[in-house]
Amino acid sequence: MSNVAIKPPSQGGIVNWMKENLFSNKLNTVISIICIYFIVKFLVGVVDWGILNAVFAADASACKAASDGACWGIISEKYRFIIFGTYPADEQLRPLIAMVWFVGLIVCSLHRSFWKLWLIPLWVASLIGLGVLMWGGVLGLSYVENTQWGGLPLTLMLSVVGTVAAFPLGILLALGRRSELPLIRVWCVAFIELVRGVPLISVLFMASVMFPLFLPEGVTIDKLLRAQIGIILFTSAYLAEVFRGGLQAVPKGQYEAAAAMGLTYWQTMRVVVMPQALRIVIPPTVNSFISMFKDTSLVLIIGLFDLLATAKVAITDPVWRAFYIEVYIFVAAIYFVFCYSMASYANNLETELRKGEQH
Amino acid sequence: MSSNGQTSADDMLIHVNNLNKWYGDFHVLKDINLHVKKGEKIIICGPSGSGKSTMIRCMNRLEKYQAGEILIDGILLDDNVKNLEAVRKEVAMVFQHFNLFPHMTILDNLTLAPRLVNKMPRKDAEDMAMSYLERVKIPQQANKFPGQLSGGQQQRVAIARALCSNPRVMLFDEPTSALDPEMIKEVLDVMVELAEEGTTMICVTHEMGFAKQVADRVIFMDEGSIIEENTPHEFFDNPQNERTQLFLSQILGH
Repeated sequence: MSNVAIKPPSQGGIVNWMKENLFSNKLNTVISIICIYFIVKFLVGVVDWGILNAVFAADASACKAASDGACWGIISEKYRFIIFGTYPADEQLRPLIAMVWFVGLIVCSLHRSFWKLWLIPLWVASLIGLGVLMWGGVLGLSYVENTQWGGLPLTLMLSVVGTVAAFPLGILLALGRRSELPLIRVWCVAFIELVRGVPLISVLFMASVMFPLFLPEGVTIDKLLRAQIGIILFTSAYLAEVFRGGLQAVPKGQYEAAAAMGLTYWQTMRVVVMPQALRIVIPPTVNSFISMFKDTSLVLIIGLFDLLATAKVAITDPVWRAFYIEVYIFVAAIYFVFCYSMASYANNLETELRKGEQH
Repeated sequence: MSSNGQTSADDMLIHVNNLNKWYGDFHVLKDINLHVKKGEKIIICGPSGSGKSTMIRCMNRLEKYQAGEILIDGILLDDNVKNLEAVRKEVAMVFQHFNLFPHMTILDNLTLAPRLVNKMPRKDAEDMAMSYLERVKIPQQANKFPGQLSGGQQQRVAIARALCSNPRVMLFDEPTSALDPEMIKEVLDVMVELAEEGTTMICVTHEMGFAKQVADRVIFMDEGSIIEENTPHEFFDNPQNERTQLFLSQILGH
């Protein structure tokens, strides 16, 4: 008879799981019951308000009659304005196509099998195509000034262009801050600390109000472009510090091995250091991008109508004024979808990159 | 003296003349003089903090020095970037902690320098890499990542990687100190083979058996100076200096 211990069979099933995790002792049981009570109460309230007693028709008087339910009618009434802002109503197919194209392009670019060199010309061509689509004025499309752009396309544009431009700029700033050349280092430190030490609102304000004062007379830069530059600079300063953390986490031996084989500084950074550093900082980088995505709503302050601003305008309609909660929930849901997608993508990327390299 | 050394001896590969280095006020290397012939095997030993690693790290300028000069194959190692590039093509280094690139496969680790520094086509670089992996007896690991290999295997990969740049000198900085005892032999075996093939080697190590087996000269350093320099036979059987005797009794005593 052997004495080898056998691993006890694990008890499967949801009942066993609950016994082990929720009701293992008296205190645990009490806490579990209280929590379950509140969760159920909350869910029942949400379902009652949001579905059972809700009015789905775009009828303001019916909404007012059903006082204990949500009024989703306001969304079907206002969604075009919330999503597309003041873009001419007859032309709203254009920003819709632009948005789908843009998001499709991003989704493709995020997949590793698409990480090829032709992605760069594709992006350039797409950006030109998107510009044509949004501005128009050629190919029989009527001209739409960019002061009329708004809503979700504007939010997406500000944040995606912000991300794509701030990323390399952040890398350069991080490398500059660690440079052995004192002038470059001082310049980068000054830029990072200055931009980081100021709220985004004041950067945007400076970009929109003060910046034109420094330009020679007669030269104007588009308001949208100024806001975009403000966002890029602000984000790049934050990213630079994130990347610097990653650079510091790469062991000194990696730099030494690269130097000993005769790689140049830029080869070392590109092939050896950056791939490792960027992987380490995936979580805080995505954190920065998510926070930047939401911060684009501050462009309202300089008169651009992003997704949140169009929602605010939508509820100034006296007929629908009472139903602002529904509008905010709708907008929050859109924000959530994008932010959560970013977070899950980052998680997948991390797992995928880690796969195969560990024991 | 340096010009003399340069012209007279074609088979001299390395000249270290009156090398001095300070970390702040701390004098790490004091008047080091060392001359290495082509194909020579030099073993450097000494207590920790004696400056032996610092000295060989000066030879590919991972460390800068403040006084004296180092000539590798006639090239002066100074602030001149062109000289530095030339020297780093000729000198390869194997580190205590392997320093393989963890995000690349073994094959990519090996082909990196040939492709980027020597501009070799990928196919040629891979063929060469495989031949070196066969020499260190792990060709079957080519497509794995460093993290999947044992310490001994990783260090053998690091040796193969160093060989891939076709160096004229191999520097070893305590190549077996970070290994589990059962893996030391497989690495030393590879190094013995290299030595027998006539590779010029400068090796910082405490493996005295290895030193006896391959060294042409053994150098003992303490407190930043070369204290004693001799053939392995004389060095181990008849150490002249008190400090060498003490060191050897400590290291061989147990």
